[in-house]
Amino acid sequence: MGKRVGEQTVLIENHVGIASSFAVVGPKEGKGPLGQYFDQVLEDPLCGQSSFEMAEHVMFKRACEKCIEKAGLEKGRVQMMLGGDLLNQIMAASLSARDLAIPFLGLYGACSTMTESLLVGAMLCDGGYADPVLCAAGSHFCTAERQYRFPLEYGCQRTPSAQWTVTGAGAHLLMRDGGEVRITMGTCGRVIDFGISDANNMGAAMAPAAADTVWHHLRDTGRSIRDYDQFITGDLGAVGSRLLYDLLGEKGVPLSGEKHTDCGLMVFDKDQDVHAGGSGCGCAATVLSAYVLPKMCTGEWRRVAFMATGALLSTTTSQQGESIPGVAHLVVLERERT
Amino acid sequence: MVKRVTPGSKLLEGCLRAFWVGGVICMLGQGIADLGYQYLALNSTEAGAFASMALIFITALLTGVGIFDRIAKYAGAGTVVPITGFANAMVSPAMEYRPEGWVLGTGAKLFTIAGPVLVYGITASVLVGLFYSFFGG
Repeated sequence: MGKRVGEQTVLIENHVGIASSFAVVGPKEGKGPLGQYFDQVLEDPLCGQSSFEMAEHVMFKRACEKCIEKAGLEKGRVQMMLGGDLLNQIMAASLSARDLAIPFLGLYGACSTMTESLLVGAMLCDGGYADPVLCAAGSHFCTAERQYRFPLEYGCQRTPSAQWTVTGAGAHLLMRDGGEVRITMGTCGRVIDFGISDANNMGAAMAPAAADTVWHHLRDTGRSIRDYDQFITGDLGAVGSRLLYDLLGEKGVPLSGEKHTDCGLMVFDKDQDVHAGGSGCGCAATVLSAYVLPKMCTGEWRRVAFMATGALLSTTTSQQGESIPGVAHLVVLERERT
Repeated sequence: MVKRVTPGSKLLEGCLRAFWVGGVICMLGQGIADLGYQYLALNSTEAGAFASMALIFITALLTGVGIFDRIAKYAGAGTVVPITGFANAMVSPAMEYRPEGWVLGTGAKLFTIAGPVLVYGITASVLVGLFYSFFGG
């Protein structure tokens, strides 16, 4: 069998498993419903640094280091590092790669970066080009606010559809013949634009891309929703999830809350004042490590379609009147029956 | 479809909150002006300026200690419309961009939010002034 199936899906033929993973989150996320599952919860969003950008970098680096450590490896053994974040020039990832001295491919897919790096990492690992591969993504509320919205202390109201960027970083180490949960397939998404230009409604900007990727994945593989225990999206939030069901429903794919969960809706409680839910690269990255993988290891879920979604927002083009395109990449995580 | 699933803002609740908080801020301003008038022997113009300065100072202080954004989140336009909104719009970027240095950070970014208000406010006042000098009394 070839390594491709259908239009957009790749098959990972060899056993490429997630050998270890590590999640660091900020204090607000630590107080959320998944608080106890994260490997590390920071007490201070500044992380002892002089700026939030440096804090994001330290968090990213820590997730990477601890992930490698957890796998019982030396840094020098890791052959390639993939990842990104939301800062300009993906600086948190770039600075971490500088400090870790691992060959680095920087990726940017906005909030879809976690599955983007897992997808590319799994292909590299499967092809024998690099093994092990470290895949990581992170984001920080305070740096994202400044970059995309207003200064932190500026008094303004958030709209009900606005989402809250997760402060957190997650790292995953992919290894040939390692780990219980393996990546068996990946679907690389197309960039889809429904003309949403409201930066406070990212869920709506990303949902069409998510629906497109799910639909293509199912068509490429000849599978249906029933073949999966769960579809997990990165940060569609309340608005985006509703739209995803509606868009897929139009195409005759019956996805609903029963088979779908969204990391953005899991990471915060409703009373944490986050409006439509969490978002950011760190959202999917940390929830995958803290919640999805453990649930697969206990055998509750055997096959999961994990799909982080990204709104490719640039403040410059957005202000020039351009709409916000979305992208979603999907990886299939499977745990063999034991 | 997007409109249908996107929840709207609660307009009435927002208006009521803005009304009472904004009203309280204005009362506070009036109170300060009266104090200046009564006890500091200021004339009415001076008392107005005194109230503005006091409100700006209070806002700057509350912004600095991280309380103002919480009040503004509750009150919305109630805090934006009075002079408090303007003070907050100056102080918050000054704090935010401090790590980039005094010149390229705080100095260059100080007017990122308040800048447009100044540019168009001053432009409008110049135009009105010109109009008045030609056609006015």
